[in-house]
Amino acid sequence: MARMHVETTINGESAEFLCQPGESLLDALRNELNLTGTKEGCNTGDCGACSVMLDGRLVPSCMVLAPEVEGRSVGTIEGVAQGDELHPLQQKFLEHAALQCGICTPGFIVAAKALLEKNPDPTEEEARYWLAGNLCRCTGYDKIIRAVLDTAAEMNGTNGAATNGAAG
Amino acid sequence: MQSIPYQAPASVSEAVALLGSDAEARVLAGGTDLLVQVRGGVRKPSAWIDVKRIPDLLGVSVEGDSIRIGAATPAAVIFEHPELQRLVPGVAEATDLIGSTQIQGRATLGGNLCNASPAADTTPALIAVGAQCIVAGSGGEREIAVEAFATGPGQTALAQGELLVAVRIPKPAARTADAYLRLIPRTEMDIAVVGAGVALTLGDDGTCTQARVAIGAVAPTALLLEEAAAALVGSRVDDDALARVAAAATAAARPIDDKRGTIAYRRKVVGVLAKRAAAIAANRAQER
Ligand SMILES: Cc1cc2nc3c(=O)[nH]c(=O)nc-3n(C[C@H](O)[C@H](O)[C@H](O)COP(=O)(O)OP(=O)(O)OC[C@H]3O[C@@H](n4cnc5c(N)ncnc54)[C@H](O)[C@@H]3O)c2cc1C
Ligand code: FES
Ligand code: FES
Repeated sequence: MARMHVETTINGESAEFLCQPGESLLDALRNELNLTGTKEGCNTGDCGACSVMLDGRLVPSCMVLAPEVEGRSVGTIEGVAQGDELHPLQQKFLEHAALQCGICTPGFIVAAKALLEKNPDPTEEEARYWLAGNLCRCTGYDKIIRAVLDTAAEMNGTNGAATNGAAG
Repeated sequence: MQSIPYQAPASVSEAVALLGSDAEARVLAGGTDLLVQVRGGVRKPSAWIDVKRIPDLLGVSVEGDSIRIGAATPAAVIFEHPELQRLVPGVAEATDLIGSTQIQGRATLGGNLCNASPAADTTPALIAVGAQCIVAGSGGEREIAVEAFATGPGQTALAQGELLVAVRIPKPAARTADAYLRLIPRTEMDIAVVGAGVALTLGDDGTCTQARVAIGAVAPTALLLEEAAAALVGSRVDDDALARVAAAATAAARPIDDKRGTIAYRRKVVGVLAKRAAAIAANRAQER
């Protein structure tokens, strides 16, 4: 079967690649475009490691076929930092040690960024529900939630308030 | 799966022609059921027909006396529609329950109906509000009531070559409201053990004048329960009527035993959820 030629926008820049018609967007990002920041955990839509933005919506890239992104806009973890400057979420994940093995981290950052863009001041409950589709086998989630809420507080200029109440 | 050809028709007629010419071609909506099934070796389609480029299948609109939801509209877009949330909160709740935030960005209403899982969350909610499926085939369009759409687990009333275009919900009358509840062992990311949807209308004196009760995950398809509705009509949705709703739902359930729940548990819980959903719908109707 002939490979398909796909033209799309990735992290704000136009991109093109060749793929198998039934290849997932996740595989195309990793194998055709060498954007290996997006991870594969389950390939069944359950873990969130493969989270990307598609036309401004958070989606699992393992549940998207690569040819679907023709003419659309894809945002991946590689587009989150501005050059060498980390996004506040990335900085806070480091400060709070919100990662151990790191396989879940790109998915959490992409998903948390989508949350803060939609809801800049989430409650702990809102953050936990929004991120319920991102699985982490290492951290126990608490540090991740603290990092997200602390980022929100910093970006809103209300720092200090969120770091205490995030237990449990 | 890698080499299965992919096509993205731009119109309903183009999609219907593609589906009609190849019995093994499969509609691809959000892919959250289909891709999992194909990767698991359960299905082997000959072609992917991506329907997300067909304008008629996309978006929510309130037109005249009905609400129209395009079949390929993802759950997140449906839930975010403020007027839909206000008019049919139970349907909004059911869509919001599907999967995670990520799944919500993909999973479509049409896919939830066409996959025909007995546990599909939107089905009982749509049955309760009297929704109709708008289906297109080579001979034109026809309508199928949602309660008649799924004919068994994984089976629908769609003929070969037919496409689900949209779901049409009648705009609720005055003092009419709906609710949907489901039980899962955790708070997120699981499949319904039991689901129940209720829509009802209250008269000026608080007497219920119309009701529809539907249950999911307790039979091969979601069920519309005439007897549970009859228990509500003419009542003031009091404890006595609610107890009869619960008994009717328990009596109608024909569940399976599996790791998520035993037969006895599901039969008991479906009564409880039907009763609670009726009480919530009645409270909402009262406020309208
Ligand atoms: C992690 C996870 C969690 C989930 N949680 C839930 C949940 O809580 N509740 C729930 O109900 N479901 C859940 N699901 C199942 C699934 O997400 C839903 O059933 C979803 O609505 C399917 O929609 P889709 O657009 O992804 O369908 P697809 O996978 O694209 O399609 C499903 C089937 O319907 C057919 N089809 C789709 N659209 C049409 C159309 N317009 N015309 C004709 N045929 C069509 C396809 O050919 C396919 O056979 C979950 C799935 C995952 C992976
Ligand atoms: S790899 Fe996509 S959700 Fe797990
Ligand atoms: S840090 Fe290892 S899975 Fe989350």
